[in-house]
Amino acid sequence: MSADVAEAGEIPSVRAIRWKRRKVATTRFIRAFSQHGPGLLGVGILLFFVVVALLAPVLFPRELLDPNAALSNPVYAPPSSEFDFWLGTEDLGRSVLAELAWGTRPSLVVGILASIMAMIIGTLVGIASGHFRGLFGGSLERLTDWFLVLPFIPTVIVLQAVLGETSIWITVVVLGITSWPGTARLVRAQTLSVEARPYIERAKVLGNGDWAQMVRHVLPNVMPLVIANTTLTVAIVILSMTTLAFLGLLDPNIISWGGMLDAADATGAAAQGAWWFLIPPGLCVIGVVLAFTLIGRTLEVVLNPRLGSN
Amino acid sequence: MSSAAESVEEAAETVVEVDDLTVTFEGREGGTARAVDGVNLAMRKGEIIAMVGESGCGKTTLARTILGLEKPAAGRVLSHGEPLQYGGRALKAYRKNIQLVLQDPTGSLNPRHSVYEAVAEGPRTHGMDDETGRVSRALSMAGLRPPERFYLRYPHELSGGQRQRVVIAGALALDPDVIIADEPVSSLDASVRGEILALMLKLREDLGLTLLVVTHDLGLAWNIADRIVVMYLGRVVEQGPTEEVLNNPQHPYTRALLSVVPEMHGTEQIVLTGETPDPTKIPNGCRFHPRCQEVRNGVAEKAGVLEACTSISPAILSAQIPVGAAELGHDAACHLVTPPPTA
Amino acid sequence: MAVLDMRDVSLTYHPAEGPVPAVRGVNLSVNAGEVVGVAGESGCGKSTLISTVLRLYPKSATVDGEVLIDGENVFDMKWNRMRAVRWGEAAVVFQGALHSLNPIQRIGKQLVEPILVHDKGATEASAMKKVQGLLEQVGLPARHANAYPHQLSGGQKQRIMIALALTCDPKVLLCDEPTTALDVMVQAQILDLLKSIAVERSMGMLIISHDLSVLSTNCDRIAIMYAGQVVEQGPALDLFQHPAHPYTRALMGAFPTIGDGESRYAPSGLPGDPPFPGDLPSGCSFHPRCPIATDECTTAHVVLEPVAPGRDAACIHVNQGVGAP
Repeated sequence: MSADVAEAGEIPSVRAIRWKRRKVATTRFIRAFSQHGPGLLGVGILLFFVVVALLAPVLFPRELLDPNAALSNPVYAPPSSEFDFWLGTEDLGRSVLAELAWGTRPSLVVGILASIMAMIIGTLVGIASGHFRGLFGGSLERLTDWFLVLPFIPTVIVLQAVLGETSIWITVVVLGITSWPGTARLVRAQTLSVEARPYIERAKVLGNGDWAQMVRHVLPNVMPLVIANTTLTVAIVILSMTTLAFLGLLDPNIISWGGMLDAADATGAAAQGAWWFLIPPGLCVIGVVLAFTLIGRTLEVVLNPRLGSN
Repeated sequence: MSSAAESVEEAAETVVEVDDLTVTFEGREGGTARAVDGVNLAMRKGEIIAMVGESGCGKTTLARTILGLEKPAAGRVLSHGEPLQYGGRALKAYRKNIQLVLQDPTGSLNPRHSVYEAVAEGPRTHGMDDETGRVSRALSMAGLRPPERFYLRYPHELSGGQRQRVVIAGALALDPDVIIADEPVSSLDASVRGEILALMLKLREDLGLTLLVVTHDLGLAWNIADRIVVMYLGRVVEQGPTEEVLNNPQHPYTRALLSVVPEMHGTEQIVLTGETPDPTKIPNGCRFHPRCQEVRNGVAEKAGVLEACTSISPAILSAQIPVGAAELGHDAACHLVTPPPTA
Repeated sequence: MAVLDMRDVSLTYHPAEGPVPAVRGVNLSVNAGEVVGVAGESGCGKSTLISTVLRLYPKSATVDGEVLIDGENVFDMKWNRMRAVRWGEAAVVFQGALHSLNPIQRIGKQLVEPILVHDKGATEASAMKKVQGLLEQVGLPARHANAYPHQLSGGQKQRIMIALALTCDPKVLLCDEPTTALDVMVQAQILDLLKSIAVERSMGMLIISHDLSVLSTNCDRIAIMYAGQVVEQGPALDLFQHPAHPYTRALMGAFPTIGDGESRYAPSGLPGDPPFPGDLPSGCSFHPRCPIATDECTTAHVVLEPVAPGRDAACIHVNQGVGAP
């Protein structure tokens, strides 16, 4: 039972009610989430990568990445006991470990930003196409379907070419506007389900217009699903970004795991037996993707709207 | 006459009126379903009207049309004499005056909104002032006291009866003139119904609320309604004061309905054959004649109206509005009651 | 001899939050050709009671007492015997049965299935013939065997569910809210049908409902349940006209007699809500809501005792002559 607010006849303010309700809801959520081992593991892995991303400039000063400074270093040197060279050097003599650490940044930044963009677009389109019947809703639905079946890589290549320079922000936009259809379909289905319930009818009778119905009633019921889904989208976006980098479509000035894989492939690291350059970037990608997937799946279970919990 | 009916006569102001209303839908397998097929109704201030009939008779559609949730194909809905406008702002203003209580209190409340938010939704939508005061008063009037104890609760933490009170409070928060209740107690436990019905009577006494209760339960009508309107396949087949209609039913359909109410021990059950026909295929003549027991047992033929029953539709009943001190009549749309004019 | 005999039956669920005694010491028996009604509201345990007959409760629940079908105790049965008993000796028409039909299979096929499962000697043809006979018995034309569920109305689907329950000629039929969601007219038709089937086939029939009025016309005997116990039972008409237990009186009051001036503008009910079985009051479970409760009621251990020949009630006041019919 949720706690009663009033004691000794005092009437709480609306703000006090909201605050207390948020506190109760958050504690309940944390408690529920903590019961899932895989989810906690995912959070742990993610925290690790976030810390590395934040501390990269401190742990591995920028000079380590300068190709000119690395001219004197041996190329494809195997791992040594020196901290900076725990994973040896790559094809230009730079520290692999430093590159790995710096590579967390674009992955996380692009992953999260592009997913947020996809979430916003997907939610707006999904709710609107579920709420508005007739021509408007129908055309949004067709738009979603159309984007869903667009072949991903060719689209991304074309967009990057059309939009000019290969800057990281272009990549964010490109991935953002190609990853929203999945969310939109999910949101649309949930919107239809929510709107079939009697409380939407009640909302109409109370005087709520289209906008109020969508924002006050549909959105809160849709958000938990959206958040879980977005977390999974991050995983997909990071994989996509790695693919782009591997294909050489990413801004070459940025150190990324995909770029490392591309360099390894191009300079024949496999033939030279330089496993320390080939395998770690792949492992990092897997690690981050796994983290987001575990968290996303756990959120899906915890936030399941059928259970009626927050 | 009970005191409730007396006070209704004094305040004879018509709050909502329905004028020759027709509402149609696309049928499931093509064809047009005439859910409401020519209905007149007048609701006066402080009156409690029960609209009874089986599923498919159009009572829910009629209620929804009065609320502005459906648009009529013909006829109109009048509020205080003014026809209903379906444009955004006018409809919203109308919604302040006429509210809805649905059948399923669990489904009627957004599970993510607390009781406070559920009741405050109406005042917030219309930008009314003193939101907290309104919520507090509405919850008290609906019998949830002290109101503060319920602010933070969520629907799934309340019992069925409490949830229905929250829905009623949500309607009351807008200070409406009329509340339409669609099967307000049918999904509640039997022992809890009495309290909710008593609440409705109290709201009529204290606030002068007009209530239109849509139900299939004749016992409910007997408990709280001043007037009863019986519907069949989109038309009103009988209407009048509750005691009159239920003690002395005129229309064969009303008689059959009453006979299957289990509390009527001793009366022989008239169990009609078949099920309610399809609103897309309304029979010719009197729409009840294929199931009518008076046609089956030959009474109609003996009275010489059988031909009329199969070919002429009984006249649409007009809305009952007493003039001056005149009592409400008791009408039935049946050729046996009102023989058709001979050609 | 009773075809169904429940002796001191108890069932307790064990969810994470703690034990929930849903049924507590119920004694109920049904004879061949007899229709017994069980009335009660949410949390009274009537649905759980039905689940004990065919052992349809979750593994974690604990049961006590005996449920005898034709003298055989269900709780002692081995698994194979239980499977044969299910549908072969006792069948259930479930609540919300309208949604229990497979939407993509024809009716005939769904009705034939249990026959083929239970009767090793049956062929498709012989089973189909039996199905057509069953359809007629429930008042449907035989050609409905070729229809899909969505082509039928609510009342017709309910008749199909009854036919489905009869496919293996059981001795006992349990009906859980067989008329909810149906119109009053169709309700009356279905109840008449059930009564005639019970008499024709000499079956014992148990009908449970939250709607006391539904049970009044077609049942021979009625038992009223509250908070897992039977609080009153007896012949239907007698119980209706002279309710002894204050809860029964309150339930009857909720369904007023049309034409009775007393109930005009005077809806009657009880304060509060039916108790949640995991959180029962002390003493008599009904005392918080009872209009004639006294201090003794909060501690008394109340049992069913005869108040008249064939009539039992569980209330200390009734048995002492206070508040007697």
